[in-house]
Amino acid sequence: MSEAILECRNLKKYFDTPRGKLHAVDDVSFSIETGKTLGVVGESGCGKSTLGRTILRLLPATSGQVLFEGRNILECDKKESVELRRKMQIVFQDPYASLDPRKTVFQTIAEPLQFHKMYATADGVEARTYELMRTVGLTERYASMYPHEMDGGRRQRIGIARALSLNPKFVVCDEPVSALDVSIQAQVLNLLMDLQEQMGLTYMFITHNLSVVKHISDEIAVMYLGQMIERASSRDLFANPAHPYTKALLAAIPMPVLGQKNLESEALSGELTSPVDPKPGCRFAPRCPYATKECAEAPYQLREIAPNHWCACPMAGKL
Amino acid sequence: MEKQQNLLEIKHLTIQYVTEGEVVHAVNDISLTIPKGKTLGLVGETGAGKTTTALSILQLLPKFTARIPTGEIWFDGENLLEKNEARMRKIRGGRISMIFQDPMTSLNPVLTVRDQIAEVLKLHRHDLKGEALDQEIGRLLEMVGIPAFRMSDYPHQFSGGMKQRVVIAIAIACSPELLIADEPTTALDVTIQAQVLNMMRRLRRELGSSMLMITHDLGVVANICDYVAIMYAGEIVEYGTVEDIFDPERKHHPYTEGLFRSIPNIYVESHRLQPIDGLMPEPTNLPQGCMFHPRCPHCMERCTVPCKTAATDGDGKAQIVEASAPTVVEGTHSIKCHLFAKEGEPA
Repeated sequence: MSEAILECRNLKKYFDTPRGKLHAVDDVSFSIETGKTLGVVGESGCGKSTLGRTILRLLPATSGQVLFEGRNILECDKKESVELRRKMQIVFQDPYASLDPRKTVFQTIAEPLQFHKMYATADGVEARTYELMRTVGLTERYASMYPHEMDGGRRQRIGIARALSLNPKFVVCDEPVSALDVSIQAQVLNLLMDLQEQMGLTYMFITHNLSVVKHISDEIAVMYLGQMIERASSRDLFANPAHPYTKALLAAIPMPVLGQKNLESEALSGELTSPVDPKPGCRFAPRCPYATKECAEAPYQLREIAPNHWCACPMAGKL
Repeated sequence: MEKQQNLLEIKHLTIQYVTEGEVVHAVNDISLTIPKGKTLGLVGETGAGKTTTALSILQLLPKFTARIPTGEIWFDGENLLEKNEARMRKIRGGRISMIFQDPMTSLNPVLTVRDQIAEVLKLHRHDLKGEALDQEIGRLLEMVGIPAFRMSDYPHQFSGGMKQRVVIAIAIACSPELLIADEPTTALDVTIQAQVLNMMRRLRRELGSSMLMITHDLGVVANICDYVAIMYAGEIVEYGTVEDIFDPERKHHPYTEGLFRSIPNIYVESHRLQPIDGLMPEPTNLPQGCMFHPRCPHCMERCTVPCKTAATDGDGKAQIVEASAPTVVEGTHSIKCHLFAKEGEPA
């Protein structure tokens, strides 16, 4: 087993709301090995983006530790965190909100290069910027365009180019392909995988798209209402999903094959319950078809139900 | 006979956006039909012209830039393109309605959900007033799975899935004959998407509406559509029943094959996806001949020039016209590609 580049220990992020504490990330622990990809899946509001941002210190953690190359980065001072930013980058979710509307494509991609003084000359910056644009499939004529002139797919490519500009070691990809068309999505996924091979990148890949996450991840973590409820190797998770929520998620994907027409899928009823001051016990229980009385009291605990397959369902193995 | 069965029939529709010095060829000579009670899936990527096609049916295209040089849109025996604004208003929201793409922005944040549903009903169903109006609004909300007591809430008080349900409730308020759904589930989570798709299936059954489902998700298409049209650079490159399009054993347009290969398959282990190389051509500068030829792995010399193909004009007379590529028809399945046409003769 190679070394873990990133490790999270009991990471918590609570937000104060007028109605109480919102448990966005609750007691999450995991580690990612160098050069591997951890996929984090879950539906909107499950805390997956907050998790990514808390790890990068874009949001202050409530408690817990984040170890990057063995060092607890939550305790770093300002100078060290600037250094860390070069190694840890993020591709944001919303290509409409994550770009400065008053900067051209060229300015946006060149900004990190200039800020971190990666090149001594303007020519160096220019050459690298155009190289990055080509890497992500943007032709040079876009260089002087503004984000509002471009569609979502192209905007997201700018975000990817910007994140890759500093040759980071660890990249949090927060739904990087959700806004892209399938043929472009496939190109970007291949690009991300190629870059991983060439540069030894480590990814934390946050998405709600299960087929994408299966394709790109070595390991997958499923989140529900702030908690990590199942974690396993990509193959294992899809072959033997243990948690009822994971099962429901997998069943809900519309598959592009024949014989699906007008097939009423067994949709989960209801929606997410409130993450504000959640009751003790399994948080999925109110929607769970297998919930019993015990579930309402069982404490949250990831148990290893098979080698390297962790599940938080109190009934796992008994279903 | 055919005309009576088809609720919507689009013939040789071309749409351009004319701006300063540029002409955007958004939709290029497309024809499609939707039989009564059936659902057509219009599949394609961003910029393929899907939404432009949908907006043209409702005549909601931007007035000062959009031009329709050729084409007819027949809805229940009437050409919509010949109707004036006043008559379109009667049809819009009443007989044809649309579910817009983004539930977060298609609702008015300063009006209650009740008022927004009431607006459609007041315009098209003048008999409903006071108590009856509220009852109808409650009924519509319950149809889409929202308790009636929430009608006095504002959009921000609803989750994304529920907002989309409200948008759907507005669209079905007058039991439209044709429902145009523009990426209705794209913004939703999978479990909520499954709920909304189940609901749309049920509504379609109860109301007997025809549907035009615009999406880029082939999974959704396999789930809900009867017919599929694959759109690329403003053209329909392949058209057929779901069985025609999704059967890997049959012939397919190289673009359709590329699309399927681009989707990660959950059941098959694969290290690399095989995406289509390159990008969609700029609609201001479309390639000569087949629109797909610059990206096509099977590109031949004749693909790069326009071809002559047989067509029937308005009176049903056969004639030879120029097209980007020949259309080969086999039963319900048609493919616009040179690969399947015999060389030298018009297809």
